[in-house]
Amino acid sequence: MNFNETLPLLVLLSSLLPGLIIFALPDERHGLRSLINMVGSTLQLLLIVYMLRGVMHGEEYIYHFTILPGLDLVFKADALAMLFVPLSAALWFLTTLYAIGYLEGSPHRNRFFGFFSLCVTATIGVAMAGNLFTFFVFYELLTLSTYPLVVHRGTEQAMRAGQVYLTYTLGGGALLLVGIVWLYGLAGQVEFTHGGVLAVLWPEYTSQLRVIFFLLIAGLGVKAALVPLHGWLPLAMVAPAPVSALLHAVAVVKAGVFGIVRVVYDVYGVEFSQSLHLLMPLAVMASVTIIWGSLRALFQDDLKRRLAYSTISQVSYIALGVAIFGPMATVGGVVHLVHQGIMKITLFFCAGNYAETLGVHKISEMDGVGRRMPWTTAAFTVGAFGMIGLPPLAGFISKWYLGLGALEAQMPWVIAILLASSLLNAAYFLPVLYRAWFQPRTEAWPEEQIPMQNGRETAWLLLVPPLATAVATMLVGLFASSTLSPLTWAKMIAAREYLYWMP
Amino acid sequence: MFDPMPWLILSPLIWATLAFVHGPGRGGRLAVACLILQLSLAAILAQQVIAGGVRMYAVGGWGAPLGIDLMADGLSTVMLLLTQTIVLPLAFYARAYFVGHANSLRYFWPLTGYLLAAMNALFLSSDVFNIYVTLELLGLAAVGLVALVGGAGPITAAMRYLLATLLGSSAYLLGVALLYGVYGSVSLVALKPLIAADAPATVSLAAALMLLGLMLKTALFPFHFWLPPAHGGAPAPVSALLSALVIKASFYLILRLWFDLFAPIVSITAAQLLGALGAGAILWGSFLALRQTHLKMLVAYSTVAQVGYLFLLFPLATGMSAEVAESAWQGGVLQVVAHGLAKAAMFAAAGAMITATGRDEISGIAGVATRIPLTLFAFALAGVTIMGLPPSGGFAAKWLLLGAALASEQWWWIVVMVVGGLLSAAYVFKVLRQAFLPVEETASFQLLPRMLEWPILLLALASLVLGLVGIEVLSLLGAA
Repeated sequence: MNFNETLPLLVLLSSLLPGLIIFALPDERHGLRSLINMVGSTLQLLLIVYMLRGVMHGEEYIYHFTILPGLDLVFKADALAMLFVPLSAALWFLTTLYAIGYLEGSPHRNRFFGFFSLCVTATIGVAMAGNLFTFFVFYELLTLSTYPLVVHRGTEQAMRAGQVYLTYTLGGGALLLVGIVWLYGLAGQVEFTHGGVLAVLWPEYTSQLRVIFFLLIAGLGVKAALVPLHGWLPLAMVAPAPVSALLHAVAVVKAGVFGIVRVVYDVYGVEFSQSLHLLMPLAVMASVTIIWGSLRALFQDDLKRRLAYSTISQVSYIALGVAIFGPMATVGGVVHLVHQGIMKITLFFCAGNYAETLGVHKISEMDGVGRRMPWTTAAFTVGAFGMIGLPPLAGFISKWYLGLGALEAQMPWVIAILLASSLLNAAYFLPVLYRAWFQPRTEAWPEEQIPMQNGRETAWLLLVPPLATAVATMLVGLFASSTLSPLTWAKMIAAREYLYWMP
Repeated sequence: MFDPMPWLILSPLIWATLAFVHGPGRGGRLAVACLILQLSLAAILAQQVIAGGVRMYAVGGWGAPLGIDLMADGLSTVMLLLTQTIVLPLAFYARAYFVGHANSLRYFWPLTGYLLAAMNALFLSSDVFNIYVTLELLGLAAVGLVALVGGAGPITAAMRYLLATLLGSSAYLLGVALLYGVYGSVSLVALKPLIAADAPATVSLAAALMLLGLMLKTALFPFHFWLPPAHGGAPAPVSALLSALVIKASFYLILRLWFDLFAPIVSITAAQLLGALGAGAILWGSFLALRQTHLKMLVAYSTVAQVGYLFLLFPLATGMSAEVAESAWQGGVLQVVAHGLAKAAMFAAAGAMITATGRDEISGIAGVATRIPLTLFAFALAGVTIMGLPPSGGFAAKWLLLGAALASEQWWWIVVMVVGGLLSAAYVFKVLRQAFLPVEETASFQLLPRMLEWPILLLALASLVLGLVGIEVLSLLGAA
């Protein structure tokens, strides 16, 4: 086994081992635990940077391990994986920092951070999975490792949310499993390959392939929160803010939608999916989700619930980009995988800051928070503007390419969806910003836990992560055309999926 | 070449007798030492089988038809290895569990030793009459273990168990007698060609009787009535032994008879019937498990349900193409192994939680997550296998079975497996969820010795790791 083979394993281990060690540590060893967490996280980032360089220079990182005859665990760092892996690792780093601050003084922290690391390991596994079987293994591991995080508080509400979460995700997992086993029966063991691998089964198995596609998308759609499979997501909001942040930005919903990307591009192949007429239903489903999520978001007073419905809507941009046939839409969808992550995690960090610092949970309580917590609110504003799609922020880039893709594919109705969604985004975010910045505060804060100190609005550990992601939201938009941007990377992916297209 | 086969039977006989004479203290230490030895013996045998195929051993130099032949092929070696692997950690666990119950422990070691000897002999037997003898011994030792602690509840359960197991072995014996009447032989090797050549109606009757008797002993739905009180009522180490291994012994015989001896006369209809009973077991057992209020009863009903998965093997492997049959066969055997490891861990964990909280209802285990996280973690890992989620042994088994069902286009079994998997998730999480709830202030809590917790984790990890090394088990299974 050479170094290139071990590297994907090392990346997984760099978050798995800290998790296991943390489980074994006593709850009081805060310092040591934080140290282990940060060392693991930093190490992972370094390994990933090394791998990114390698992938750019055409290196291959593949690891095979046979479990049963004809059944391999495969980890592969291809271009698509290397879009998702750095995102997970970077956001894990920030979220861990945030969580150390957020959970200070609360009980059961070793359990929390242990499962947190497992959850990240599962996400990285999902990202680097080289075939559907491996993908499934980590997809289910993600369900199991996030459950304890969702019910972490142990309240009645949390337990109920946990139950709903499990019901949805395990049910979806079962459908996915049947689909995958069926596919293995038809096509044998196939690795994710640019351009897809199933076209050889045409035309003999066309109808079976359609059923399998339905099973796979239904199974993945649960985690991706496609309407009508989204019911668990708003309930899962009871989890502590760092969990929600990670769940919405990289872990669960992203795993679902990333699976859809893999199935369409690297299993069926986008051209083959189109010829089976599978993309149109997916596009319609994604569009319905975009509008429905935004509409529901309008009527939520609870800030985290509003953000949750917003996630439902925003994640479907990715599915929409996948479902529109054409490289431009692919670029838009795939790049949104990253953009949505950094924008949404900013918003959740900020929501957590309001709750943790001032006890503000509802939008109706947010009058004047901008003056009390200007930095947090500034970050929130950047995130919200990004979501609405104001140039030159991240969200604008995504929407721009999606729109171009819709025109290219001659689906003008998609433009209408995008416009409507942007208007709705504005309608549910701008009132929040208005209250925060312009409404005067008339009464005391609901529960001020962290007092203002030397002009510092809240704890450092709570403030740095949202500022970092807010800055990132601006940078990826401003420098979208630089060679290191997610956009450039997404273009490279699109170039590989559509054989005839040059960016 | 050194032959481990007879020693696998003699060793437990010896330590059981010595433990009876010397009492539980020294007996227990001796048992642990001998179990380590037995595990190595089984490992040696496995290497021999992989290298040289099926092994025969003529006891005392007298081969069949006059003497007794011992035989070890891939399947029996897998079972032997599984048995020793499960019993060793359980022995450590039992030593910690029975601290302060000297009276129970006094008979625990001898009975366990005889149980183990009977089981090892059963896996090595190569004639249907010998199998009967071992089956009867196994049943009696198991009944003794259920009655270990005494008291009205366990004694009633033990009596019911005794009745079921005697009924089962009588039916089996009747079948053996019929076979002997027709062919004048009881050797598996001798009978096989005879049955293939000519099988009158009496043979079908014999087959039906033998299989029915064994199904009763395996507690296949609707013959499961005796299992929950017996397994749920026994002390935890005993429950673990019974659920993980004893019922697998009779299932092993069903496999032997179905795929070997009676292979020429089994029909697809009969296979579908067995599958239907298995499906009934999965659905009804899971449903009842979900309804239980007592922890160990939940785990016991889970066994009823999991036994059902084993019987799906028959419709998937009978009368299908060789490839499908092989996949189903491998899946079925992996399920035996995975469930054995996981269920042993689960019962042991349940026993540890009950010891710690002093309550046996599920509602009583609130707070276990913070007080004995290691045990709960082990329970959850075992639960992953029971639910058939990756990367566990249970998942590998389910993958193979699902693949076989899809390839042979028997979609109804897929529905059963998927629904069963979800139901099992529901009852496993019923326990886990409770464990995460905050503790009541008044609840008393007993700290557990380390030796009560670590063996559980070991078993649970083994069931999980099986998912990654399944190919090794399959290569042993396929050795011929």
